[in-house]
Amino acid sequence: MAAEDYRICSFTGLKIHKPTEDLIKWNTVTAILFLALGGLMGFLIALTRWPSVHYLSLQNYYRYLTLHGIDALLLWIIFFEIGLVYFTSAVLLNTRTVIPWAGWTGYALMLVGAVFVNFVVFAGKADVMFTSYVPLQADAVYYLGIIIFAVGALTCYGHFFANIIQAKRDGAYKHSLPLGSFGLAAACIIAVLTLAHGAVIMIPVFFWSMGLIHYIDPGTYRLIFWGLGHPSQQINVCAMVSVWYMISAFTVGGKPVNEKLSRTAFVLYIFFINVASEHHLLVDPIFSNWHKIINTSYMMHLAVFASMVHAFAVPASVEVALRNQGYTRGLFEWLKKAPWSNPAFSAMALSMVLFGFLGGITGVIFGTEQYNIIRHNTFAIPGHFHGTVVGGTTLAFMGFTYLLIPYIFRRELVMQGMAKWQPYVYGIGVAILSISMMSAGSFGVPRRHYDITFSGAPFSFTFDPAIDMFMSMVGIGGILAAIGGVMFILVAMGSIMYGKRLAS
Amino acid sequence: MAIKEPERIWWKPYTRDEKIWVAVSLLWMFTSFVFMPVYHFAGSQNPPYETYRVSPEEFDKLVEAMIEKYKVGEENGMPVVHPDPDEPVFIRASMWQWYPVVELEKGKTYKIHLSSMDIQHGFSILPINMNFMVLPNYDYVLTLTPTTEGEYYIVCNEFCGMGHHMMVGKLYVK
Ligand code: HEM
Ligand SMILES: [Cu+2]
Ligand SMILES: [Cu+2]
Repeated sequence: MAAEDYRICSFTGLKIHKPTEDLIKWNTVTAILFLALGGLMGFLIALTRWPSVHYLSLQNYYRYLTLHGIDALLLWIIFFEIGLVYFTSAVLLNTRTVIPWAGWTGYALMLVGAVFVNFVVFAGKADVMFTSYVPLQADAVYYLGIIIFAVGALTCYGHFFANIIQAKRDGAYKHSLPLGSFGLAAACIIAVLTLAHGAVIMIPVFFWSMGLIHYIDPGTYRLIFWGLGHPSQQINVCAMVSVWYMISAFTVGGKPVNEKLSRTAFVLYIFFINVASEHHLLVDPIFSNWHKIINTSYMMHLAVFASMVHAFAVPASVEVALRNQGYTRGLFEWLKKAPWSNPAFSAMALSMVLFGFLGGITGVIFGTEQYNIIRHNTFAIPGHFHGTVVGGTTLAFMGFTYLLIPYIFRRELVMQGMAKWQPYVYGIGVAILSISMMSAGSFGVPRRHYDITFSGAPFSFTFDPAIDMFMSMVGIGGILAAIGGVMFILVAMGSIMYGKRLAS
Repeated sequence: MAIKEPERIWWKPYTRDEKIWVAVSLLWMFTSFVFMPVYHFAGSQNPPYETYRVSPEEFDKLVEAMIEKYKVGEENGMPVVHPDPDEPVFIRASMWQWYPVVELEKGKTYKIHLSSMDIQHGFSILPINMNFMVLPNYDYVLTLTPTTEGEYYIVCNEFCGMGHHMMVGKLYVK
């Protein structure tokens, strides 16, 4: 490793290795493009659920909904996380990516898988939603695409461990990883476990779709699918919380008040989240009552406890940092003087609020046996996870992109006036979207449903008239979120392509 | 800092604020942890259930036998049945129908069997909004006691193909 492969970042003083930088750039840009595609689909389906607009055709609604789940949840989030893998295992440690070709192989596999999946869904051969519950069957290429993508992702998450082991040998860190890397380490451990579930279920399903296996048990599929599907949300949570800590450090010099507390919380995620996945199966005919009760009442709360800890520790780190900068008057001067017009900072702050109050609390509530029965598969469920993964994770990653642009792409942000407002527009849009979905869901409005006037059905049920307002608000929140999304894409891609080059 | 290696000894005792927060969080978690099992019994909100294996053909026979025995009429081309309270009730899901229409008596306890002929469906009773998953090859037996008279609708709330939005059934409590 020649010294000329490194540069020193003039903002952070970090030593950045050229191949690492390229890997981060490509993964991040790919992520942003899939967010654009997924977001467009989200916008169209939100317009379709707005009763007086009802925009898409029957077939396109389900097709675009399938794509929305895949492009937004799977592709945007995971490509971005792979960028974070290199950032935290090499850049933060001032060291290198040990096997760049493995990074590129992983990237290529992920991209090929992603293209396969998008292609079959667009071609109309996989209208199965991203959950593809058997025996609903998609074309074999769909499952193949998912498997190829997962192998690529596994290669990249695995690279994290190669990097930190080598970094330790090189003396890049002596005893403990920085907290940002520690959180990603937790994410990568969960990722490896999760993708193992994915292999256990997706490979047989692939053979089944080719006619080589005749029967896949639908109950077992659901169990293992959610062994993949739920913990992968915990990868997102770990990555998001790490991003919170890192943004707090980069923007205001925040320092975790107690490393012990924060690290313990990450470890709790690793241990308890997988067993909590069963809240997806609370009204399934597979487990006994007792099994469900123990699993959701006992195990889940230990993971929730971990989130409570971070909800304390991140704002505390910001407060302490700002107080140290002299904002000590009264209880709240630090809050007033926080850099609210820095989009990285405001995105982090809003992400915490939306994740905690919209996503987190509703998640705990809907995860109980009693509440689940009146929320399962209603519109309240997408309401909940648009709080977690859209208001929380996506917004945090948007904020981090505003830091990657100067640090990694070495470009100045373009349209800074717009960038300043972006997190607020997007955050408010998502909040409206999420709250109105949850409100409509509480009347029993189903999710993944083309027509809640049930035209063509033998019997017709009429919902409480109050839902008209909530369903219209879904459209309005969707438009606002889409505007915020477009602002993000314009600023991010505009800066990456046309931003003023910064000397390093 | 979250972006720098911490000092050698980061394993420090908690401060007072941290202890309070951790205690409050743990207390809250503990309350929910206890409340849920307790409310399972005290609230009797979730119906007791059993699960058996059943093939679509077997289940279909059971449905037809019930219709044969208890049919009391027709509605929109669909048979309406009024089974005796001690008898099992079978409701069949298929693309895109809940079959047949069932009349139940208020205050009587029933064993309701749900299964699917093809793919997964969602059994959502509206307007009371209770939801269950219906899977092929599983006989999901719910013990239910209807407490309010009226007309109820069964809306499918798991995506089951292009006719999903037309999958609406009906249930009476008399
Ligand atoms: C412009 C922003 C967005 C809008 C307007 C939007 C809108 C929607 C709507 C209306 C639905 C419900 C569809 C239904 O059940 O009828 C939905 C589902 C969903 N959204 Fe979004 N969304 C947005 C962004 C995102 C993002 C960024 C993610 C992931 C990170 C995401 C993940 C999902 C997932 C996983 C589903 C469930 C799909 C399914 O049921 O199969 N959304 N979205
Ligand atoms: Cu159905
Ligand atoms: Cu359906």
